[in-house]
Amino acid sequence: MVYGTRSFIRANMGILAGLLVLCVIIAVLNPNFLTTNNLLNVLRQTSTNLYLALAMTMVIILGGIDLSVGSVMAVSGVVTAMLVALFDVPLFIAVAAGLLVGILFGALNGYVAATTVIPPFIITLATMNIGRGAAYVLTDGQPVRVMSDAFNFIGSGYIGGILPTPVLYSIIFVILCYLIMNKTKTGRYIYAVGGNPEAARFSGINIKRVKFFAYTFSGFMAGFAGIVLASRMFSGQPTAGVAAELDAIAAVVLGGTSMTGGYGRIGGTVIGALIIGVLSNGLNLIGVSSFWQYIVKGIVILIAVYADVIKRKTA
Amino acid sequence: MDGNDETTGRVTPITLPSFIEVERMSQKLLQMSGIEKRFAGVHALKGVDFELESGEVHALLGENGAGKSTLMKILAGIYPVDEGEIFIEGNKVSINSVKDAQAYGISIIHQEISLVPHLSVAENIFLGKEPVTKTGWIDWKRMIEETRKTLQQFGLELSPDVQVKKLTVAQQQMIEIIKAVSFRAKMIVMDEPTSSLTEKEVEFLFQTIGHLKEQGVGIVYISHRMNELFAITDRITVLRDGALIGTVRTKETTADQLISMMVGRELTQYYIKDTAPENGGEIVLSVHNLSKKGVLNKAGFELRKGEILGFAGLVGAGRSELMKCIFGLDAFDEGEIRIDGKPLIIRNPNDAIKHGIAYVTENRKEEGLFLIRSVQYNITIKVLDKFIKWWFRVNARYEDQRTRQFIDELSIKTPNPDQEVRNLSGGNQQKVLISRWLATNPRILILDEPTRGVDVGAKAEIYAIMNRLVKEGVSIIMISSELPEVINMSDRIAVMYKGGIRTILNRDEFSQETIMHYATGG
Repeated sequence: MVYGTRSFIRANMGILAGLLVLCVIIAVLNPNFLTTNNLLNVLRQTSTNLYLALAMTMVIILGGIDLSVGSVMAVSGVVTAMLVALFDVPLFIAVAAGLLVGILFGALNGYVAATTVIPPFIITLATMNIGRGAAYVLTDGQPVRVMSDAFNFIGSGYIGGILPTPVLYSIIFVILCYLIMNKTKTGRYIYAVGGNPEAARFSGINIKRVKFFAYTFSGFMAGFAGIVLASRMFSGQPTAGVAAELDAIAAVVLGGTSMTGGYGRIGGTVIGALIIGVLSNGLNLIGVSSFWQYIVKGIVILIAVYADVIKRKTA
Repeated sequence: MDGNDETTGRVTPITLPSFIEVERMSQKLLQMSGIEKRFAGVHALKGVDFELESGEVHALLGENGAGKSTLMKILAGIYPVDEGEIFIEGNKVSINSVKDAQAYGISIIHQEISLVPHLSVAENIFLGKEPVTKTGWIDWKRMIEETRKTLQQFGLELSPDVQVKKLTVAQQQMIEIIKAVSFRAKMIVMDEPTSSLTEKEVEFLFQTIGHLKEQGVGIVYISHRMNELFAITDRITVLRDGALIGTVRTKETTADQLISMMVGRELTQYYIKDTAPENGGEIVLSVHNLSKKGVLNKAGFELRKGEILGFAGLVGAGRSELMKCIFGLDAFDEGEIRIDGKPLIIRNPNDAIKHGIAYVTENRKEEGLFLIRSVQYNITIKVLDKFIKWWFRVNARYEDQRTRQFIDELSIKTPNPDQEVRNLSGGNQQKVLISRWLATNPRILILDEPTRGVDVGAKAEIYAIMNRLVKEGVSIIMISSELPEVINMSDRIAVMYKGGIRTILNRDEFSQETIMHYATGG
């Protein structure tokens, strides 16, 4: 296998070109787009979606889907915020509890997906509702305000006065997920199970374990995203992360991952998430109303994926 | 490049006056002449001639990659032709799409069945040309009636209402043929139609082919199975490396002649097998009274070190099912498996692999390979532990070295280890799958139909690999439905019948008759 930048560019040529064109158009319409501050801002805004999308890439390559991540974000954020604000629990324990909630939801998805024949779409549709409901029940539908500088630093802080903390996490997670998918047994097995489940079974690959891992990891990432988002909003909100799963899926698909499983790349997902981030940032800068932004986003997804399909056919 | 044109004694159409030409051509259902096809850098067809008369079964023979399917895809309108001419009933035609081909009465039955499983037999036969009533609704009554008539005509005792997915593979194939005929097909191309049929079903297919011949339908028959070619074809055309080697009358040729035409050399050493010392090795694997309701019935056998134990039997006798139990893919109700005399519990394939068992499945595409991934990925997937550096990272360089070693040792023809496996020929795909299991250093290698859909050259190479492994002390179980293969490659042959092992034959007892005798319950 050839690793490195050249193969990365070759594999993601179409989508990279799309991202560049998008950046150029926006920069022409509003030169402020290209300032360091704004670019870091784009990266920060992209980060929570990226956490979800990275794990979603694994789940989708595996041949599954995880609709519950948006709701899990809300529960984890709410749990951590409540522990800090209402029970005065030490921060790291509160964060650990929030992450644990995410892991438990993911493990539930993974366990049911691995041991039953219920389609993952249905399983995670169910846990999506359970999660959202749990967030509302816990908070009685009200946001939980947090007055803690340490807590707020998690999502709103800067490293060295310049690098936003969420961007730092993004970098760490991208590297981690790249390593998992390309350099570990687990990653190879995810491709195997998604590409040909029968062949995986005949090769003695533990399919249940692979599924359990991917969904649990997705739950963990959702929990992490939820905590970062709560910190950025200075509160745990039961409405946080509504439709976040759809943005994550959009990023994965833009990145060229096959919805039927077996094929996909972490690098593609990073670019996919960036396109979505750049698009909403740019549309804001240009002054397009948020209502219209949905329409533009939908059209861009259709065009980009169609272009990618064409490119793959001719390649 | 061999200048084979002279051998057919045919003159190119353009040089003759057209009225003579028409008369000559009208006897032939199909005439393809001087067909050329190039794909990016590959000269796939080099001026190939092929003809088909009505009521004729004409076999197309050649190793994988010889150009058979390319030629047929041109006929079916899937690929455009670069150079050359196609005449149908004497008229020059150009086939630009699948629709064109259908309009000219050309129908192809692919290896993979292309029926809609959830629809009924009648709906499938009439798919895309449903009869309608005056008001424009589908005329179900007529559809069912006509289907019933056709089914009877072909001697199929089936209801037109039954869902296609409930039929056997053979029955589905018949429906495909009926569908083709109902399109008023004048020519039917059958691509390895018997690869998943039982003996009885093959017989039935042959009856149907005979029926079609009487109706004047021309049939192009693609198969690697020599006995079938001699049973039903009238002529055989051999291709090699995209070039026409020759067309012979089936009655006037022999299997040896065909094989040497296909591979371009005499295969004196086709089956490569040194005899093992009698009762030489100690018993490595023993299976006692293995039973599984409705599938296996007290199956038991012993496997010795360094021998090839063939498994013969009809499809459905339980050969693959028995191996799947031994390999931990399926559970069984009763029985015991011992390795080196010690009983062991095998719950999943990993338990089996730990005890040195490997199982190469008969369905390499469905159950074996990861087709859209690389040769390297497919070979090393079971042994990634060997390349782990630090605590989780798979070391690409070691992995690459090991892959190249297998590519060399098994002479896998691939441009590089990163090539996607789906781009390889059947024989090379099979070698990749065998490599995956050899990488686990098995002591007991179970090969299920190891040469199915593999061309003659690769077959001989696979036999050579088996022979080498046995010499190194590996014990091989080989399931095969090709009797010459089992007879020539095995040290002993276990014959299965209805889930049990009917007998185990020693080398001096081998014969096709004996095996068939036991395989049919005698």
